[in-house]
Amino acid sequence: MEQKLVALSGNEAVAYAFKQARPHVASAFPITPQTEMMHKFAEFVANGETETEMILVESEHSAMSAAVGSAAAGARTFTATSSAGFALMWEIVYVAASLRLPICMALVNRALSGNINIHCDHSDSMGGRDAGWIHLFSENAQESYDNAVMAWRIGEHMDVRLPVMVNYDGFIISHTADALHMLPDDAAYDFIGKYKHAYTLLDPENPVTVGPLDLTDYYFEHKASQLATYERVPGIVQSVSEEFGALTGRTYQFCEEYAMDDAELVIVVLGSSAGTCKDVIDEYREKGVKVGLLKIRMFRPFPVQMIAEKLAGRKAVAVLDRSASFGGQGGPVFMETRSAMYGQQVPVNNYIYGLGGRDFDLHQVEEVIDDLQKVAAGEELQLINLLGIRS
Amino acid sequence: MAVNLKQLTQHEELLTGGHRACAGCTGSNILRQIMLTAGQNTVVGGATGCMEVVTTIFPYTAWRTSFIHSAFENCAATVSGAETAYRALKKRGDLPREETGRKNFIAFGGDGGTYDIGLQSLSGAMERGHNMVYVCYDNEAYMNTGIQRSSATPLGAFTSTAPAGKVKQGKEQNRKDLTKIMVAHNIPYVAQTTPFHWKDLATKVEKALAVDGPAFLNILMPCPVGWHFDTAIGMQLAKEAVESNFWPLFEVENGVYKINQKPKERSPMENWMKQQGRFKHLFRPGNEAILENIQTYVDEQWEKLLKLEEMTAK
Repeated sequence: MEQKLVALSGNEAVAYAFKQARPHVASAFPITPQTEMMHKFAEFVANGETETEMILVESEHSAMSAAVGSAAAGARTFTATSSAGFALMWEIVYVAASLRLPICMALVNRALSGNINIHCDHSDSMGGRDAGWIHLFSENAQESYDNAVMAWRIGEHMDVRLPVMVNYDGFIISHTADALHMLPDDAAYDFIGKYKHAYTLLDPENPVTVGPLDLTDYYFEHKASQLATYERVPGIVQSVSEEFGALTGRTYQFCEEYAMDDAELVIVVLGSSAGTCKDVIDEYREKGVKVGLLKIRMFRPFPVQMIAEKLAGRKAVAVLDRSASFGGQGGPVFMETRSAMYGQQVPVNNYIYGLGGRDFDLHQVEEVIDDLQKVAAGEELQLINLLGIRS
Repeated sequence: MAVNLKQLTQHEELLTGGHRACAGCTGSNILRQIMLTAGQNTVVGGATGCMEVVTTIFPYTAWRTSFIHSAFENCAATVSGAETAYRALKKRGDLPREETGRKNFIAFGGDGGTYDIGLQSLSGAMERGHNMVYVCYDNEAYMNTGIQRSSATPLGAFTSTAPAGKVKQGKEQNRKDLTKIMVAHNIPYVAQTTPFHWKDLATKVEKALAVDGPAFLNILMPCPVGWHFDTAIGMQLAKEAVESNFWPLFEVENGVYKINQKPKERSPMENWMKQQGRFKHLFRPGNEAILENIQTYVDEQWEKLLKLEEMTAK
């Protein structure tokens, strides 16, 4: 498929992807750095480029609530937020997944308060990691766009019916112009397909009761049925990715492997920082250091098997977390990764970095690789480390 | 829009019996009456609260129309989403079924879900102009969670979080006037009614559904459990709330106030309050001033309402 090469910010790229899905309804409330995405989408609506009805609500809680009402009515629906906005939605984020509504959401990652900070980290997304959504992470504008196209197919698949969150790093991706290939509108829509509902409030001949009181006698079975769904998700993500790959030439896995074939040392990371790591890995490779990168693209459901397989037999692993778990044993990516590797004799250390948008620079990656080399040589280092803080 | 009792009784019951409302609950009666007027082509949303809980215990539902519950504070936003989806799907010919006639969207919540935690969501939905009716069934406290005070609880009433004791005599504040807050949204239709006044209620539901845009109905719902009265007299208390001017029947159509019933001689608040255990402590010696304050407040509010009617008359 011939695709246009364009220069867009991440926010613009995602707005295009959402437009190409021809959604019926979008609910929106402004929060930095997500704002520009909805500005762009509102322009599309104002220019008649999409027939989407926008609900310009008075809070993110209502943005997610209106999205739930819309999706339950049988409409293709999306919203977008960041940070505190996602935190305010939190209660209804669970409802959306539990009611099995395939809402798409752009989560433009930003640090949670307090103190208030508008820059990137992953604490917003990680706060909702158990809510039942599919979490896709993006390295750059291209991946943000591609995830935002594939998200509809994944969430709306009749064996999935779950909401999908497309994560991309605030400012670093959202506000940076980047070159990317975009599908023509019709080709993207053909790939995504016409929306089909699993149930609707709008058929008076077939009334449904949605969200009833569910007590000790049924709630657990409903949760068991929901839990079983996440087992099916990876296979469907895989097949959607393959189809997308055949169309665009860009095929994605749950994790991207970079210089992994013979890697003895591995960095595990999410999001835009993968690009920085790749650069430094190239330098070390030239020096003969066998270091590689495992970039997790799908954090939920967590690709346990793939991660366990890809990290097995390595000499040392460093997991980078752009969020902290206060009082927990390291960051969330670390905890999940180490748990996936249970039983393996591979040492795994954790590096918390970039909180509140602290720049993640080449030196920090060098520090991590230097540590990996020490660990591989048998040195025991601190389990949980902070990168790039002033001493 | 003449409402006829004989006709109404021939309509299909859309809220079935067998739901779990308490004996003497006037809330289920409110919902039944609304649904008799609204009809089958209606989407109902319920905020967490008594009426949601008693009508939808899985695997049962009392609703013969589509019904959605999402959370406590977001009923207006949820229904605004469904209403928007309806317009969007209709515009593109994507509705599940070809339809003729009016589609109704009704959101309901108790006073907790409406006056308090859901006020922001309600205000937003009304301001955005969705074609929906929001109904508050106002039983003047958080009855579902155990009779805690809300901003709709009247002065002096006993609640579990503002009880009467040795130094406190129930709620220490007057109730919030939510109906007027909704009037201030300048929406096409706002009204107050009770389930006793069936004709008034049905007419107001019909008017609320007929307007192009949002409408708000505030319906007093005597609660035998929270107000402590004999289960047989709920409707009587609804009637007397109007006769005492505590809960005037009025409507505001495009900004014009109309009082639908003016008692020839208002009955004293004491008569109404004496029948309810929640006010019992106020009749002990030493609480005369509170009783007087309650009466003064009701009379003042009534005078203001008369003036608003006069001021806005065309």
